[in-house]
Amino acid sequence: MNIELKNIHKHFGKVHANKNINLAIPSGTIQGILGENGAGKSTLMKILSGFIQADAGGEIILDGKPVIIHSPADAIHHGVGMLHQDPLDFPPMRVLDNFLLGRSGGLFPNRTTVARDFKLLAEQFDFSLDPDSYVDSLTVGERQQLEIIRLLWLGARILILDEPTTGISASQKTKLFATLKKLAEQGMTIIFVSHKLEDVEHLCHQAAVLRAGELVGEIKTPYVTSKLVEMMFGKEITLGERQPAQAGEVVLSFTNISLEDVRLKIKNVDLQVRAGEVIGLAGMEGSGQGMFIRACAGLTRPVGGRVQLNGQDLTGKSYHTYKHAGVNFLPAARLEEGLVPGLNLTDHFVLAEEPKGVFIDRAAGQKLAEDRIQSFNIRGTPLSTVESLSGGNQQRAELALLQSPLSLVLLEHPTRGLDIESVIYIWGKLKERCRQGASIIFISSDLEEILQYSDRLLVFFSGKVSQPIDAAATSVEELGQLIGGKGWANMGDEHA
Amino acid sequence: MTQETILIGLAGVLASAAPVIFAVLGETLSERAGVINLSMNGTILLSAMGGFAAAYNTDNIVLGFLAGMLIGALVALVVAFASITLKQSQVAVGFVLALTCRDLSYFLGNPYMGEPGPRLQAAPIPVLGEIPILGQLFFRQDAITYLSFISIFLAWLWIFRTRPGLMLQGIGEKPAAAFIRGANVNLMRYVYTVIGGALIGLAGPAYSLAIRAGWMGTISGLDGIGWIALSITIFGGWNPSRAAFGAYLFAFLQWLGLVLQPVFTQVPSQVLQVAPFPLMILTLLLVNIGNAEWVERTLAAMPETTRKILSKALRAMRASPPSALGVPFESE
Repeated sequence: MNIELKNIHKHFGKVHANKNINLAIPSGTIQGILGENGAGKSTLMKILSGFIQADAGGEIILDGKPVIIHSPADAIHHGVGMLHQDPLDFPPMRVLDNFLLGRSGGLFPNRTTVARDFKLLAEQFDFSLDPDSYVDSLTVGERQQLEIIRLLWLGARILILDEPTTGISASQKTKLFATLKKLAEQGMTIIFVSHKLEDVEHLCHQAAVLRAGELVGEIKTPYVTSKLVEMMFGKEITLGERQPAQAGEVVLSFTNISLEDVRLKIKNVDLQVRAGEVIGLAGMEGSGQGMFIRACAGLTRPVGGRVQLNGQDLTGKSYHTYKHAGVNFLPAARLEEGLVPGLNLTDHFVLAEEPKGVFIDRAAGQKLAEDRIQSFNIRGTPLSTVESLSGGNQQRAELALLQSPLSLVLLEHPTRGLDIESVIYIWGKLKERCRQGASIIFISSDLEEILQYSDRLLVFFSGKVSQPIDAAATSVEELGQLIGGKGWANMGDEHA
Repeated sequence: MTQETILIGLAGVLASAAPVIFAVLGETLSERAGVINLSMNGTILLSAMGGFAAAYNTDNIVLGFLAGMLIGALVALVVAFASITLKQSQVAVGFVLALTCRDLSYFLGNPYMGEPGPRLQAAPIPVLGEIPILGQLFFRQDAITYLSFISIFLAWLWIFRTRPGLMLQGIGEKPAAAFIRGANVNLMRYVYTVIGGALIGLAGPAYSLAIRAGWMGTISGLDGIGWIALSITIFGGWNPSRAAFGAYLFAFLQWLGLVLQPVFTQVPSQVLQVAPFPLMILTLLLVNIGNAEWVERTLAAMPETTRKILSKALRAMRASPPSALGVPFESE
């Protein structure tokens, strides 16, 4: 289906979120929409998918006919389906019920025919989804697959994907890209919204770049990366040189540590982390790295082995003992585990300080918040609630909350969902900590991030843990193979 | 005890559970849509009084039941308006209504205290009623008890087998996702809250015109039933069949308390009267055992085949509240 957007404006109060956007996407195209966080990508997609309406004067033209899209359900009638960044599905319900929910028809849906349609569609794209399993047992990638075939079943001719590669594994990404290419060949129009340059370069036939609400440029493949970056940020940005650590004393030492939970067992890991060192944990989601980092934080109790921090034996001690010993953990779910929704930044900084007496010194708290907001470049005020901040600013706030001095910082997906400028900023702050003598252990599914910022890395594969690997001597390809379970034989893996 | 007395007793258990069934089903529908109707205890009392008054004045028992349903629907409408339109706390509004309706029923019911009124008669079903044992248990009841049997099935069928029922689950689970699938979330919440309220309102007359016919004010013994029904809804995992099981269990334990009293004379009678409450909670906790983490751990250690069967069974039993329960919905 051909799409034409004409004179699209959108105001939210004083904020001009979309400024006069004109864009034409021919049928069968994979169109990338690039821009940093807050550039107006989401607003534009919400207009196209019926969540909000453009200001008067804007036009959406589908296959030559101007249409008015009143609601998301109306959008699907026009053939516009959207895949949201956080899947809008029903986790406690079965896959088939999710698939079927929202399709009109008789009072009693015929599950047999629905299951047949489901199976046909799933097979067509080589998705292995069990219609009888529950959605909460699926990975984010599988939930996307479910949503894709659901939208196709409803007759979508245009598919909008909002940051679809966030939170899915490398192999699922490959499959997603293959699916999208296949759909485009069949004449579907795909709109791929992302802040990840390499994804857009890899997949999209053409890309449009948004900055501060404006469409600043359109490029066709092949792309020049530096030019895309310049359009996105208005300036050139590079990751910079790797900064190897000046390793100091041993901070954390794991001796013969074994961990287990319901699904996984990790056996006999030895690891010594030195001051100033950054250790990256790589692996497909759920391969044991989450359990490992929680063991480092004292949240998961090892079933065997010894943990020492700065020479002090912490085996079996509580999270609070770890925290007093200078271990801080920033989990992936920022709003669930890291910050307190409903409280503002001042409250957070007051809470994070060592308590002095019962009553809160508001003035001092306010001043502290102002200082931190400035030094961490957080876009917000001392009175902004944390949920009103963008993802990048939430992460900055979390970093600003870290106690000091620290001996060990643990991070789970520290830059997931953030644009490259924020990524560079956050790692700058983290490396500053390292120079002050802290060590860092972090999980990331972004292989380039792991190789760029860690000194050594551990690879996890279904509970197996590799020996520490020198990051400088490893390529993305080698790391990708290890994560996928290849090449473990010559790793000398006595842990298997 | 002869077989005959046991059968009569059990048939009585089925009948006396009927009002609780209606209340629990009504609350289940309402909560499935995401609205907690906490006024239930007061609603049952007010509809018992109102239903009795209506039947007494018109000498029409059907009007009595309809009056009860209307009262329940109106109270639910207040809850719906306050929580959906005004976006106020459902807990606070419901709780105040629970107290207000209770006191209102005592006050307005004064003229009817102890008056003899109409009472629903048993209506044995021909042929079916003659089946040994089963006939006596199920088919020699009154119309409202039959209706309670049918309601359980219909509610279950609606929620789990129909298209609108599936959407109902979605609305309570993730309204935003239901919205993109075309649901008018707030309208549906109104509809289900009011229908649920009408069902809760049916529980009142089911007492005052059938099981405990008449209006006795504070000594009617109805105060507290609504809170029990509320907990049965929760432990019943928002599932009509399991909630019905809870209601029957509660009625059965109450009956057992009465029957056992003469047998265990050395046990204070209060113990047997109160025992149903903790016993029921314990049983329902056991039903929900699949939620516990140590169960998962134990399962993980079991051989593959046993584990698969057991975890499937536990998963089917597992219940979690509708995620959007009590949360107002705004589409952008």
